[in-house]
Amino acid sequence: MIRLLSIEFFKLRHNRASKVLVIFYFGLLSCIALISAIEVNLGPINFKLAEQGLFEFPLIWHFNTYFAAILKFFLLLVIVSMVANEYSNKTLKQNLIDGLSKKEYVLSKFYMVVAMSLASTIFVFIVSLILGLIYSTDKSVSMIFTDLEYLVAFFIKLISFFSMGLFMGIWIKRSAFAIGALFILYIIEGFVGLFISFSLDRETTAFIKSTFPFNSSESLIPNPIPRLEGVQEISNQLGGVYAQSYDVPIFNVIVSLVWSALFIYGAYALIKRRDL
Amino acid sequence: MENILTITNLNKKFGTVHAVNNLSLNIKKGNVYGILGPNGSGKSTTLGIILNVVNKTSGDFTWFDGSISTHEALKKVGAIIERPNFYPYMTAVQNLELVCKIKNISTSKIDEKLKTVNLYERRNSSFQTYSLGMKQRLAIASALLNDPEILILDEPTNGLDPQGIHEIREIIKRIASEGTTILFASHLLDEVEKICNYVIVIRNGIKLYDGRVDEITTSHGLLELKVNAKEQELLEQLPSFYGIESVKIEDGVIIAILNQDVSASEFNQLLIEKGFALSHLVKRKPNLEQQFLTLTK
Repeated sequence: MIRLLSIEFFKLRHNRASKVLVIFYFGLLSCIALISAIEVNLGPINFKLAEQGLFEFPLIWHFNTYFAAILKFFLLLVIVSMVANEYSNKTLKQNLIDGLSKKEYVLSKFYMVVAMSLASTIFVFIVSLILGLIYSTDKSVSMIFTDLEYLVAFFIKLISFFSMGLFMGIWIKRSAFAIGALFILYIIEGFVGLFISFSLDRETTAFIKSTFPFNSSESLIPNPIPRLEGVQEISNQLGGVYAQSYDVPIFNVIVSLVWSALFIYGAYALIKRRDL
Repeated sequence: MENILTITNLNKKFGTVHAVNNLSLNIKKGNVYGILGPNGSGKSTTLGIILNVVNKTSGDFTWFDGSISTHEALKKVGAIIERPNFYPYMTAVQNLELVCKIKNISTSKIDEKLKTVNLYERRNSSFQTYSLGMKQRLAIASALLNDPEILILDEPTNGLDPQGIHEIREIIKRIASEGTTILFASHLLDEVEKICNYVIVIRNGIKLYDGRVDEITTSHGLLELKVNAKEQELLEQLPSFYGIESVKIEDGVIIAILNQDVSASEFNQLLIEKGFALSHLVKRKPNLEQQFLTLTK
């Protein structure tokens, strides 16, 4: 495993485009801290984000993982290009000739996906911990380590998203088209969801949608905005009642992991069957 | 002798195309094998199958008598297929380091092998700045990194200029003289004739010949003759002469295929005695090219 990871890391380390994207990604992740400086000024509504309790433990875990996950597209580019380029440079063929098995090849890419997801999760953990220690009013250990399941959800979200990218990269063989295919899949999912919502009741629709690859991973971390004090005030003023659950849905965790396994196995099956 | 590679009844079909047809081969340690065949005869497909990049339709192949799995065996093999495939953004040294990681060997031989192929001076330039000849030489360096049990080369001089072809051939000859087993696919006959001691001729995926190069080229040769008069009479008498196997006429030249060792002067003497005056007499040994053309006709 170490050998495969070091092979993969070596390929990435010397690729300037990938390096720039990765640095940019972690740079942006650190910029979450800047959110604290945001002030919303909408006529009568005036609040400073940092004062809305979003940097309070344990809410900060939910909030930061939700927004950090938006940046995953940068790493998706790296992942898709790292498999698609091996096709266009024919280095996949050379790797196999040099004595890497097809299984080892797919595993090395998967380990890289896990490594990147893990690095992102640890990074978000550290950034959030620092921000929390600065802005949180309650700094007791029990408070700090509450709701860490959002980090687990974040990790799984990245893995399932990147696994899908890995599969697309291997299937389509061209970076740009693979990204395009992911986008098309996303739109198709939206349309199918919309279509079934016409004929089925809300709960069944929600259930079916949560088995889709994008939807299952997207809803791993529920939108935290309604949890903000300011937003709750506004919604109370407007008479809306938010009674939704903000927990990480276990069902989605399972579905996302199943999709990840399917995508990784699918990538292996494709490579195994193909003549290169 | 030790078997390096055994292929038994290998088949590969691409849709309706039968690219490799019931091919059996045995590669033994220490020999230099040439696989000859016209373009599209199934040479590269066969090499692709044994190198784990093309899936076989049926049949079997085993490396080192089946003692290890294919991808483990490939770590002991050095192979170059068609075009050199490396990471364009990495330098020569970095590319070779990666190959060492894959083959699980130390990186200590990189400098030595780069010197072997005359790329040491350019070792820190990125691969994309290399000319085709340099890329091909880097591929050879890469294939030699593990001091392979067998070196597999698929058309290594394809697309190179005469200088490049010469360099590659010299390198291959040197490696062959050091006792490395080589399997060498080409459609260039003189190349195979110069480098190999065994030859395998393939056409449309079918093996036509498998044996020593000197056996395929040593027959007794042929005589080319021309007479100004009595041509018809000569044609009638020739088959009854000693040492003549068959006679044919090609572009106004009589060609007599020999089945005994007859020298041109002996033959000339005989014809003068019989009253034929020759205007042209040449004794030829068929080269691999003629044999190849006969085989693949």
